[in-house]
Amino acid sequence: MKGTSSRLAQIIAKHEQDVLSQWIKEQTSAMTHRPDLLSEADLREQSRALLNGIRNAVQRGRLDDVAGAEWEPVRQILDDVSRNRARMGFSPSETATFVFSLKQPLFAQLRTEVGGDPDALADELWTISMLLDKLGLYTTEKFQKTREELILRQQQEMLELSTPVVELWDGILALPLIGTLDSARTQVVMENLLQKIVQTGAGIAIVDITGVPTVDTLVAQHLLKTVAAARLMGADCIISGIRPQIAQTIVHLGVDLGTVITKATLAGAFVVALQKTGSVISKPAGR
Amino acid sequence: MERIPILKMGEFLLVTIQVDMHDRLALTLQDDLTTMIVKSRAHGVLIDISALEVVDSFIGRMLGNIASMSRVLDAATVVVGMQPAVAITLVELGLSLTGVRTALNVEKGMDLLRGSLAPANGHARHQN
Repeated sequence: MKGTSSRLAQIIAKHEQDVLSQWIKEQTSAMTHRPDLLSEADLREQSRALLNGIRNAVQRGRLDDVAGAEWEPVRQILDDVSRNRARMGFSPSETATFVFSLKQPLFAQLRTEVGGDPDALADELWTISMLLDKLGLYTTEKFQKTREELILRQQQEMLELSTPVVELWDGILALPLIGTLDSARTQVVMENLLQKIVQTGAGIAIVDITGVPTVDTLVAQHLLKTVAAARLMGADCIISGIRPQIAQTIVHLGVDLGTVITKATLAGAFVVALQKTGSVISKPAGR
Repeated sequence: MERIPILKMGEFLLVTIQVDMHDRLALTLQDDLTTMIVKSRAHGVLIDISALEVVDSFIGRMLGNIASMSRVLDAATVVVGMQPAVAITLVELGLSLTGVRTALNVEKGMDLLRGSLAPANGHARHQN
């Protein structure tokens, strides 16, 4: 495979403006053009930067190794482009088409240059095609990666959002759990709860599982861990918000909640907590 | 040799662990504390571990053992001031110290000890 002897460098150097304007025309007329997300000026700037980068890389480096050091600037440009497009809401194919659409103008130029020699033309076409395919795939990969980062960050945010520790009363904390409890979340919940116990000096924590859709043995174990950790810090735990369905499941699974106080509702748990702290809430007389 | 001091406060013994526990130290503490409980006829032991930041399974077990031994010697025992990280570690290690009473800080621990001794005040006890 001829890696370096392509005439690509020559063609780009000679017809850079032509190729660029054709390429942009190609992009703006394509189905994947999104003027609502990306202005033409930006598109022009991106295209110019990429073409420029490819030209420099082709002059110095091999065509069949886009992972090499010469291609670093090109990869940088593609990184930025795909990251931005991923955030703006482009689809993966729209993003990859940005690179693939360069084929048409390049092939056209190539035909006028080496059209007389079919063998050479086929070789050149193959080389350039391979190169652009690799760059296109690279873009897609980056695109995917950005999206994954986005999802990961959202997960993190959800984790933080969904585990508030509420101070119900002097010395009484409530921990309304919402969503499934897995190991990672239990860890966060536990840390938050213990931290809050230290901060407030609370003696009782109510763990409310009204928002936990299912309780299996693993979730129950996680709950018990949280209760045990709170107990080590000197706080008693009450588990509340156990729905009928969940009560049945717990018993069927043979989960032993041990000595933990359980209540059907948060209100019931609150009354117990008040009794334990020696507080009384009463309605004013005469009403 | 390094030792953890055991302070006598009225009818209670106060143990504050201010250094990182290592295995030898824990064993020495176990000896010292049991001897001291018998000698001083204490009826309550308060172990403050608020400065303890690292525990392993051995130290965790020793804490549980020391508390159980004190109980056998008829001294109510409260472990106070456990750090959140230590609590999580112990639970993950499967050492939830069942049977050991806990409190958030020394003040609450003292309240707990006094409360647990109050009903027992009926029977004769040497005051020293």
